Amino acid sequence: MNWTLDRATLRALLPAFSLVAVLAPIFFLQPATFSYFGIGLLLNLAVPLVLATLAQLAIITANDLDLSIGPFVSLVACIGATLLADRPLVGIAALAGCVLLYAAVGALVEYRQIPSIVVTLGLSFVWNGLAVLLLPTPGGASPAWLTSVMGYQTPFVAAPILWSTVIAVLVHLLLMRSSFGVRLRGTGGNPRAMRRFGWSLVRGKALLYGIAALFGVLSGLCLLGLTTSADANLALRYTLLSIAAVILGGGEFIGGRVSVIGAVLGATTLTLAASFLAFLNVSPDWQVGMQGAILIVVLSLRVLLQRRGGQR
Amino acid sequence: MSSNDSSTRQAPAARSSDDGSAGSPVGIGFAARLRALETPWLWSFAGAILVWFVIAAVFGFSIAGNVVVTALVFAVFMVLVGLGQMIVITAGPGNIDLSMPSAIALSGVLGVQLMKGRDDLILIGIGVALAVGVLVGLANYLLIRVLRIPPIIATLSSSFIVQSIAITQSRGMPAPPHALQAFANARLFGVPDIAWLALVLSLALAFVLHRTVFGRALSALGQNARAAWLAGVRVERVRWVTYVLAAIIAALTGLLLAAVSGGAALDMGVEYMLISVAVVVIGGTEVAGGKGTVAGVWGASLFLYLTNAMLNALGAGAGVRSIVYGVLIIAVVVASGHKARQ
Amino acid sequence: MVDAHALGKPQPLPSGAPPALIALEGIGKTFGRVKALADVRLEIRSGECVGIAGHNGAGKSTLMAVLTGVFRADEGTMAIEGRQVSDFDPNAARAAGVRCVFQELSLCANLSVAENMSILHPALRGHDWRRRATRLMLEQLDAIFPGHGLKGHELIADLTLTQRQMVEIARAFTVVSDPVKLVILDEPTSSLDAHTAAQLLAFVAKAGERGIATILISHMLGEIVQAAHRVHVMRDGRVAAVLPREAISHDAIVAAMGQELDAHAVPATRREPGNGDARATPAYQWRLGPDARARIDASRGEIIGFAGLAGQGQSEALLAIYEAATKARERVAFVAGDRPRDGVFPLWSIAQNLDIRWLLGGRGKPNTSARPFGLIPRVIDRRAASALTNTWTERIGIRGASSAAGILSLSGGNQQKVLFARALASDAQLILMDDPTRGVDIGTKRELYRLIREEAARGRTFIWYTTENDEFAHCDRTYVFRAGRVTRLLHAHECNEQSLLAASFADTEEAAA
Repeated sequence: MNWTLDRATLRALLPAFSLVAVLAPIFFLQPATFSYFGIGLLLNLAVPLVLATLAQLAIITANDLDLSIGPFVSLVACIGATLLADRPLVGIAALAGCVLLYAAVGALVEYRQIPSIVVTLGLSFVWNGLAVLLLPTPGGASPAWLTSVMGYQTPFVAAPILWSTVIAVLVHLLLMRSSFGVRLRGTGGNPRAMRRFGWSLVRGKALLYGIAALFGVLSGLCLLGLTTSADANLALRYTLLSIAAVILGGGEFIGGRVSVIGAVLGATTLTLAASFLAFLNVSPDWQVGMQGAILIVVLSLRVLLQRRGGQR
Repeated sequence: MSSNDSSTRQAPAARSSDDGSAGSPVGIGFAARLRALETPWLWSFAGAILVWFVIAAVFGFSIAGNVVVTALVFAVFMVLVGLGQMIVITAGPGNIDLSMPSAIALSGVLGVQLMKGRDDLILIGIGVALAVGVLVGLANYLLIRVLRIPPIIATLSSSFIVQSIAITQSRGMPAPPHALQAFANARLFGVPDIAWLALVLSLALAFVLHRTVFGRALSALGQNARAAWLAGVRVERVRWVTYVLAAIIAALTGLLLAAVSGGAALDMGVEYMLISVAVVVIGGTEVAGGKGTVAGVWGASLFLYLTNAMLNALGAGAGVRSIVYGVLIIAVVVASGHKARQ
Repeated sequence: MVDAHALGKPQPLPSGAPPALIALEGIGKTFGRVKALADVRLEIRSGECVGIAGHNGAGKSTLMAVLTGVFRADEGTMAIEGRQVSDFDPNAARAAGVRCVFQELSLCANLSVAENMSILHPALRGHDWRRRATRLMLEQLDAIFPGHGLKGHELIADLTLTQRQMVEIARAFTVVSDPVKLVILDEPTSSLDAHTAAQLLAFVAKAGERGIATILISHMLGEIVQAAHRVHVMRDGRVAAVLPREAISHDAIVAAMGQELDAHAVPATRREPGNGDARATPAYQWRLGPDARARIDASRGEIIGFAGLAGQGQSEALLAIYEAATKARERVAFVAGDRPRDGVFPLWSIAQNLDIRWLLGGRGKPNTSARPFGLIPRVIDRRAASALTNTWTERIGIRGASSAAGILSLSGGNQQKVLFARALASDAQLILMDDPTRGVDIGTKRELYRLIREEAARGRTFIWYTTENDEFAHCDRTYVFRAGRVTRLLHAHECNEQSLLAASFADTEEAAA
C-alpha cells in the first residue's frame, strides 16, 4: 500500500501526532508512567472528557456550538449523586427529561433560526441553577454500582484506554458508517440540499442534540463514578475543553466535517496536557497558559497544512 | 430579511412592470413604522421598572429606593463588561470575546503592583490598564486574522495565556492607592462615582456608535462583511479596533474592581464572563451583529440586578437565580428569531 | 424566425399512442409583482430530449421548480401520464420519476461519493447499504462517463468541480426504489470538459432510447443542437419559440433569443467614440485572469462594458479590479447587482444605505472634521448627510418614501436605485457596476443611463457588467467574456446585438484578436 505524505494525510494524522508529542516526553521523563497503573493514573479522567467531547461533536456536526455541556455534565453528576442514588426511578426520569429538553432546544434552534451560542449560554445558566438546587454544596454519593463499574480493572490494557477505544469505535460506526449517521452528517454538510430532497432539518437537529445529551449523561455518570461525589461546578471546564478537542481532532465548525477518532484522540491529548506540563516541570503559574499555547500551536499547524485557497 | 432570494434572479418581466412609485409608504402602515423605530432596549428598561415596582409592592418604597442605589454600585460592572462585549458582538456573527475575565485579572493585578499604593502613581496604573487592553486586543485580533482561528477559540486561548501572566505577577500585591479607593467608593449627588464614570463612558460609546463614521462602519461590518467591504469599509481596521476597544474596557474594569474591593484578585472577572453576554442579549443587541445598543446594556444590567435582588429578598437561592437568568436569555433570543423558511 | 404559435398547436394523437409523460398547459407563476411564468405550454414524451434555451431570468429555473414540485403553479394545469395532478410536491415528483440536477450542486461536501447516494434514496439502509450504494454509483458512472477513475469512497470536498458534476449527474440516473422517467439537466456541462460533455450527450441519446426523457438547459447551444429533439426558447417568462427537430440550428436559437418582444425598448443613442484622449496612456490599467493575460484599460470619463453570457467571469473580474483599486487607494465605488449578498444592509434605513460610501470617502469633503490623529473618529455631519440624501433620492427618483424608512420597505427596483445612488453620491472616480439594472423599470433606467453619461462627461470612469445587451450602446468599449477570459473587445460602433451574441457564444479558440 503506498501512502502519499501529502497535506491532507498530514492533517488527518495531526491528532495522533499531538497525542504522541504529549505522551512521549511524559514516558521519557517518568518511565514509571509507562505501566498499567501509570497509564491508568494519567488517563484517569479521560473517559468523561471523551464522552463530553463526543457530545460537543454531535452539536458541531449540526453547524452549531454548545456552551452548556460543562454545566450539563455537572448537573448529571449531581443528579446521579442525589436522585439516582436515593430514588433511582426519579433519577432516571430526571435524566430522561434532560435529554428530551436538549432535543427540544435543538429543534427550537432550527425552527426559529437562532444562534446556538446564545441559546446554549442561557441553557448553561439553567443547568447550573438546577445543579445548585440539587447540591448547594459539594456532596452526595455515587451509587455503588456506578463506582464499581468505573473502578473495574480491565486486564492487560488500562481501563481508560480500553473504554475510550470501545467508545470511539462504536460511535465511529454509528455516526460515520451507518446510513442513519451519514444522513445526520448530511444535514450539517448541505442543509439546503437536504431540505430540497425532503429531509426534515428540525428533526435532524433535534436528533443530534438528543444524541449529544445522551453522551452528556454518560459523561456525567462516568465522572461521578470516578470522583464518587459531585458538585455543581464539577465539570465546567469541559465546555471549552470539548470544543478544543473536537477542533484538535480535525473537526470544522461549519460544513459538518468531523472526525470521531480524531476527537477522541484530541480529548485524550488534552487530558494528558496538564500532567505533561507538570512532568516538564513547567511552573504551576504557566500551566494554564501553556494549554492556550498548545491550542494555538496545533491550530496554526492546521492552517499551515491547509489546502491552498482556503476560505476567508 | 430581504425578500430576494439571491439564487433566483427576477424575470425581465419585472423590469417593465415595476414602477418605483407604487407601494408608497403611506401604505406601509403604522405598525411597520413602529417596528421601524426599532427600540428593543425599551423592553429591558420596562422589565427593570416592572421588577422595581414588584420590589416596592412587596417590600415598600424605602427598601426599593435602597436597592436602586446598591444597583448603581454593583450593576455598573455588569454594564462595563457588557459594553465591551456588545462592541465585539456587533462586529458580526461568530464574534465574541472570552478573554475579558483574564484581561480584568491581569490589568487589576499589574495595575495594583505598579501603583505600589501611591497616589502619585495612579496615572501609571491607568496607563498600564490601557496598555494591557491594547496588547490583549491586538493579540486576539492577530490570532483571528493571521492564524485564522475562530474568535471563540482565539479569545479562549489568549485568555489562558493572559491568565498565566496575571498569575506570575500576583505575588505580594500592595493595596490600591488611597485616592483611587476613595474615588471608587465615593458618591456624587448620591450616585456612586463609578456609576458616573460608566455613564460618561456609555455616552461616549453611544456617540461613537451612532454619530461617527466608525460606528456606521462597524454596523455595516456586522450586518454583511462582504457588502461592507464593497461599500468602502476598511474591514480589517474596524475589526482590530473593535477587539482592542473591548479589551481596553475590560482592563479599565479590572482596575476599578480592584479599587472597589480594596485589592486585586485573580478571579475577579470570572463571574462577569457569562453576564457580559447575557446583558448584551437581553438588552436587545442583535446577536447576529450590526446593531448594538448602549441603552439596552444599562437596562438589562439593571433588570438582571433587580431581578437578582428580588429573588434574594424572596429567599430564592443562587440556583433559582441562575435558572431565571437562563430562561430570560432563551426567551429573548427565541422571541427575536423568525421561523425557518419551509 | 419561427412563429411562436404555429407549431405549438397540439396535434391529434394517433390512436393507441401513450399520453405524454408530463403535460403542462397554460402554466403561470407570480411572485409578488413579478410574473415569472406566463402561459407556458410544455409536453414531454418518454424518450424525448427537450432543450430549453433563454437568457438568465427568462423563467427557466422557475419552470423547472414547477416540474419538480418545489413551486406550485398559480395558473394552468399539469398532467402526469394523462392524469391531472393537483398536489404536486417534491415527493410526488420523485414518485413520478422526475429527477433534477440543479445548477448549484446539491452534494454534501463532507460525505463521500457513495454516501451521497443515501441522501437521494431514503430506501438505502441496512447493514450493506454502503456496498449497494457504491455499486450502483459506479455502475452509473461507468455507463455515463467510462474511464472516470473514481472509486466511490472519495470525499466530495476532495474532488474537482468536474468530478463533482459527474457524480451529481450520475446520481440522478440511479434507481433504488423510485423509477427514473424524466431527468432535468440544468447547465450540466458548465463544469465538464469537452470529452466528458460528449460522453454525457451520448448517454442522453442512449437513455432516450431506453425511454428516459431528458430536459437539457444549456448555454452551450452546440449541445442543444446536437442532442435535442425539440427546443423551447424562453423569454420573459413565456415560450417565445418552439423549434422542431429539423429547424434546430445555432442561428435559429440565437435569433429566437435575440428577438426583442418588449416594445418599450430603450432607444440606444449611439455613444460618441473617442471621448477624452484615447491615445494617451489610460488612467487605469489592470491585468486579470489566472495567467494575467486579460488586459483591461480605462481612461477618465470612459464607459467600459463587460459583456458575455452570465457567469462567464465578469463579476470575478469586477471584484479583482475592486480589490486592486482599493489596495492602490483609488477612489472606487461598487454598485452591486446581487443585493442581499453584496449591497443592502437590511437593518438600516434608506438614508443610511445611501450615504455610507460617501461617509467613508476621502479628505476635503464637507463631512470631515479635522482628523489630527487617525484614532479620533470622524463625526457625521448630519445636515450634510441629509442634504445629500435628499438630493440623491430626488435625482434617482425614489419618491414618496421617507428616507428614514427601512431599506427593505422598498421594492427591489427601488433598492437597486439606492445602491446606485450610494456609488454616485460618493467621491469615487471609478465606479464598478455588477449588473445593476436588474428589476429597475424602464423610466428609471433611462434616468440612470442619463446620469451615467453625465457623470462620465465629468470625468468619472464606469465599468459596467450587464446582461442586457442594449445597454452596451452606452459604452465606449466593451470587453466580451467567455469562461473567465476576454474573448473580444468591441468598440462602440461594432457593438450591436448580433455581434455581441456571436462573441458571447464563440469558443475561446475562435476568439478574434
